[in-house]
Amino acid sequence: MMETTTSLSFTADGFEAFVSNRDEPQWLVDLRTVAWKKYSELAWPARNDEEWIRTDIRQFKLDRYSLSLESPAETSATALLREGVELGGGCTSLDSQKSNSFISDKWSAKGVVFGSFDDIVRSHGDLIRPYLLRRAVNPNYDKFAALHAAFMTGGSILYVPRNVVVDEPFHGLSALTDGGTDFGHTLVILEDGAEATMLSETASENVAGGGLHCGAIELIVSPNAHLRYVNLQNWGSNVWHFAHQKAVVNRDASLQWTIAAMGAKLAKVNQHVGLIGEGANCQVNGVMFTEDKQHLSYHTLQHHEAPNCQSDFLYKAGLQDKSRTVWRGMIKVDPIAQRTNGYQRNDNLLLSTAARADSIPGLEIEADDVRCTHGSTSGRVDDELIFYARCRGYTRKEAIQMIVTGFFQKVFDRITIDSVRDALGLAIARRVREYE
Amino acid sequence: MIDTLVIRDLHVSVEGKPILRGVNLEMKRGETHALMGPNGSGKSTLGLAIMGHPNYEVTNGTIELNGENLVEMSPDQRARAGVFLAFQRPVAIPGVKLADFLRHATTNVRRPDRKEGEELIPMREFRKELKGNMEQLQMDVEFARRYVNDGFSGGEMKRAEILQLAMLQPKFAILDETDSGLDADAVRLASESIAEIGREKMGLLIITHHDKLLVHNPPEFTHVMLGGRLVETGGIELANELHNEGYERIRKAYPDADAENQAMLEKEVTQPVG
Repeated sequence: MMETTTSLSFTADGFEAFVSNRDEPQWLVDLRTVAWKKYSELAWPARNDEEWIRTDIRQFKLDRYSLSLESPAETSATALLREGVELGGGCTSLDSQKSNSFISDKWSAKGVVFGSFDDIVRSHGDLIRPYLLRRAVNPNYDKFAALHAAFMTGGSILYVPRNVVVDEPFHGLSALTDGGTDFGHTLVILEDGAEATMLSETASENVAGGGLHCGAIELIVSPNAHLRYVNLQNWGSNVWHFAHQKAVVNRDASLQWTIAAMGAKLAKVNQHVGLIGEGANCQVNGVMFTEDKQHLSYHTLQHHEAPNCQSDFLYKAGLQDKSRTVWRGMIKVDPIAQRTNGYQRNDNLLLSTAARADSIPGLEIEADDVRCTHGSTSGRVDDELIFYARCRGYTRKEAIQMIVTGFFQKVFDRITIDSVRDALGLAIARRVREYE
Repeated sequence: MIDTLVIRDLHVSVEGKPILRGVNLEMKRGETHALMGPNGSGKSTLGLAIMGHPNYEVTNGTIELNGENLVEMSPDQRARAGVFLAFQRPVAIPGVKLADFLRHATTNVRRPDRKEGEELIPMREFRKELKGNMEQLQMDVEFARRYVNDGFSGGEMKRAEILQLAMLQPKFAILDETDSGLDADAVRLASESIAEIGREKMGLLIITHHDKLLVHNPPEFTHVMLGGRLVETGGIELANELHNEGYERIRKAYPDADAENQAMLEKEVTQPVG
């Protein structure tokens, strides 16, 4: 009996079929094979693991998901970040399958490489090899990291050579069909003195759609390079989102990383920044908005591994309905990292009595000449503010929308890309419901 | 037809405790009324009840704007109907620029039927008008870019309230101690501004302890509140008398109301009622 396989499951057979079909360089096949072995050895997170104690994934069943082998299609999912932006390149995938990608000739002529993960690992394998899962994300970190490394496909890769300054943003959209699977990997490499902006986002074709994302983001910022990176997680409200995201920022380089999260049923994200060269600077702007029974869990680490570095992390979350956020932030300062200036803050605005925000800032300092500050606040919308606005003609809903927008303004003010600020502001305002 | 605001037998409670005990007041658009009275008599409560503060429960009586009962309306419907309160202690709204706040407010008040999400009044037109009003109030235009009342000095807050009055052009405005916390020059400016903006065009209910705000806004009527009731109404001479001689005569003339006032003040120590 003939049977046409249209998808691959996450089993030993599925893995064999996956690697044999892909026509990838041997080093990548080896990397995947090691990762698959690691995945098989590792246990699923236990309920009492510190990173998972507040995040319950007992309902998550990996065997309900599989990687699509369907031929790529155009997606109907909406991208928010590229509105009115002249792009240097763009790449879209649906269920981890590339549907299109382009780079303008102006940038490819300067040696910039941009395209889908799957195309670039084949066309520029030697260029990518020293970086992929070697400098930033650790594929052995946990079972999800290993699973991602074994099956990573979809997402995009941007490489900017030495001293090339790209003034048009690149854009990546990873989309999901309802019930689909995304194993997207985003890799951005800026060589010495390069500058670039990349906007990447995820979205589902159906706002209530389900699915699985098991992904990674790696940002490599070489000495004197400057990267602005934005990622918006805007999956459908029934998607499981597991992600490892890490940047390494080298000597006198800077990274502005804006991370926004509004979608998914449950998201567990590890976001790390390593400041690995003297004088490195990183600003992270986190914007989260949750509703219904969404659960977003962010574990951030700003790791000072060199002297004279600055890190400044600000996360703001608005929560409505019965949603919940977990934020665990850590500033880690190595003994060598004298004259560190580290800052982290997490503010939560609770729009309903049933919403809950856990905020756990932490410091781990092994150098003696450092300045590290952290803080967190959680509060409800003040009824007196609502009344004041209503006395000026605002409806209750308009008043709450305005107060919520105001709450996020401080983090929006730090985002230097207009289209991103506008898109996030609008997306949040639209989600705010009326409460009594 | 001249717009009217008529309050009949208004009783208001906060958390079950009666504060206003039968207030009657009639105002016509274009008139200026002064509302005076000792601390705790219920002056601010009247202002907040007229606007519909959710903690101020109307247990009896009506507040009618041109015959329509405001008590049935939400605060925003009252604002759109043409009633305004300049707050004694306005709250700060962090992250919201005064100009943006006022553009939305002005749109809603001028287009009472506007639905959520519909267009705001054009930016250019709004900015021009806002700038004009700010110049009249001798306010730096940079002020409009600051967040609403956030880090404002007492005087800046009061001027921001007057600016809102100028932009929203209500039929009736209650000014709750718009002179408190201001120095002499600021009070004079506020007084002149209110006269220019509202004296002819609005019905003004000026709540004040002092007479300075009334210099440029001589009231046709002065009402004295004591123990949650308006015990006496007169002309400007009554305002002058109270300013010069205090409330001794009033307290003696209305001992029951005075006793209630004292009782409310004592409660205020643990439970502020405004």
